[in-house]
Amino acid sequence: MDLSYFFELFLGGMTRGSIYALIALGYTMVYGIIKLINFAHGEIYMIGAFTALIISSVLGFTGMNSILILVISGVLAIFFSSAYGVTMEKIAYKPLREAPRLSALISAIGMSMFLQNYVLLAQTPDFLPFPTLIPDFKFLKPIEKILNSTQLVILVTTAVVMILLTILIKFTRTGKAMRATSQDAKMAQLLGININRVITITFIIGSATAAIGGVLISSHTGQLNYYIGFIAGIKAFVAAVLGGIGSIPGAVLGSFVLGWTESFGTGYISSDYEDVFAFIFLLVILIFRPSGILGRSQNDKV
Amino acid sequence: MLKIENIKTFYGNIQALHDVSIEVKEGEIITLIGANGAGKSTTLMSISGIEPPRSGKIFFEGKEITGMDPDKIVSLGIIQVPEGRRIFPFLTVRENLDMGAFLREDKEEIKRDIEYVFNLFPILAERKNQAGGTLSGGEQQMLAISRALMAKPRLLLLDEPSLGLAPIIVQQIMSIIKKVNTENKTTIFLVEQNANLALKIADRGYVMETGRITMQDSAANLRENGEVRKAYLGI
Repeated sequence: MDLSYFFELFLGGMTRGSIYALIALGYTMVYGIIKLINFAHGEIYMIGAFTALIISSVLGFTGMNSILILVISGVLAIFFSSAYGVTMEKIAYKPLREAPRLSALISAIGMSMFLQNYVLLAQTPDFLPFPTLIPDFKFLKPIEKILNSTQLVILVTTAVVMILLTILIKFTRTGKAMRATSQDAKMAQLLGININRVITITFIIGSATAAIGGVLISSHTGQLNYYIGFIAGIKAFVAAVLGGIGSIPGAVLGSFVLGWTESFGTGYISSDYEDVFAFIFLLVILIFRPSGILGRSQNDKV
Repeated sequence: MLKIENIKTFYGNIQALHDVSIEVKEGEIITLIGANGAGKSTTLMSISGIEPPRSGKIFFEGKEITGMDPDKIVSLGIIQVPEGRRIFPFLTVRENLDMGAFLREDKEEIKRDIEYVFNLFPILAERKNQAGGTLSGGEQQMLAISRALMAKPRLLLLDEPSLGLAPIIVQQIMSIIKKVNTENKTTIFLVEQNANLALKIADRGYVMETGRITMQDSAANLRENGEVRKAYLGI
């Protein structure tokens, strides 16, 4: 067996997994808090990528350092995506909070179609090139074939985001409020937690990580259009379900498992079936663990 | 302290409360008794702002709280222990208690209050690192009351604390409720199906039937009242 090919696939899968994880976090957190599959979440990721494209194109004229451009456009992408995410919740989900979950789900699908077509009309249906903002790191030269600098940036950024998020959820007051709300929202209210605030914060965090994913993947593939959120969104959703929807570590684990499955599947079997591997794996997992790898079924005690 | 004036609360088009008026004075234990589905829990949920009344008014210490957000009402010191305890199943006992103190910032005093509830219910100290969902029903009720006490309630609303518990545990919980009332001067609004139990520790009582208050008197008088004896005390 060719070891360097194995590592190439391993790291490739991990890179994919990182991007899935950044998107899957939004699905799983929103589901945890308001029990809604936010189907418009992929669009938030796409809007993040578009924002970065627009900002970086403008900044490109100033002759600024490319890393600085990447950081500025990344920060603004986070800002815009979060604004879209929060507004979406206020318009499409908040009025339906007491309604059956199916109504909210349909509202989410509508939101997804609206945002896709809005970007299609406002921008263009064609693929647009995304500038190369991440320079080639010299120290990666010897292992370039296995790991390039964009991949390294993706892996490191994802790791940093995950660590910060873990600290936030585990140790801060906001994190505690989020955990309590996800377990019993009404009880959380009865203890003085403002759940509207918790929901807003959840949408901000989910949108921000999706935006980071959008900027990173566009730098990786070098192109984007209005439709990139759809397939990435579906894959990240699969990852979240695979890991156990509602569980944050589950979403991350599911994403990496999915990334590796796709990477090794295409590398060793056939690249024609790239998407098939993801769904076969999902089926197998759900047969044996219906609530996902780290999902937990909740038993009420009377 | 708490004054409810003619509230009407609805679930969709169904009216659950019809002109309910209740008054709670500072320092007393009042109880609201009645059969299943009479509207007792709805009354508490209306006070807590979860099911705000469609009309009528609720005052707390002279200030109107009708229609206020639940978290604002909690910050005034009205804390509810809802029916079914609603322990956060995946948080530890200690974390559940911390959630009770969510709005407080006095770290030192929070520590002291945790010691205080561990003294009231020593079993919770033993189980402090265990997930809330793994406790027995009685332990969960103890935790639910302790969690509410961590919020430093001025008015404690208790919904059916005896439900589904062994008689010996019920005795223990009732005596703790009495103790909290006398030692901490916490005013208590106790909702119970078990009228016998409730009228023993309460100062005054209200009887509710199908969303209406049908009787109100001192607990002693209600215990002697023929109708109450027949309908709720089983004598």
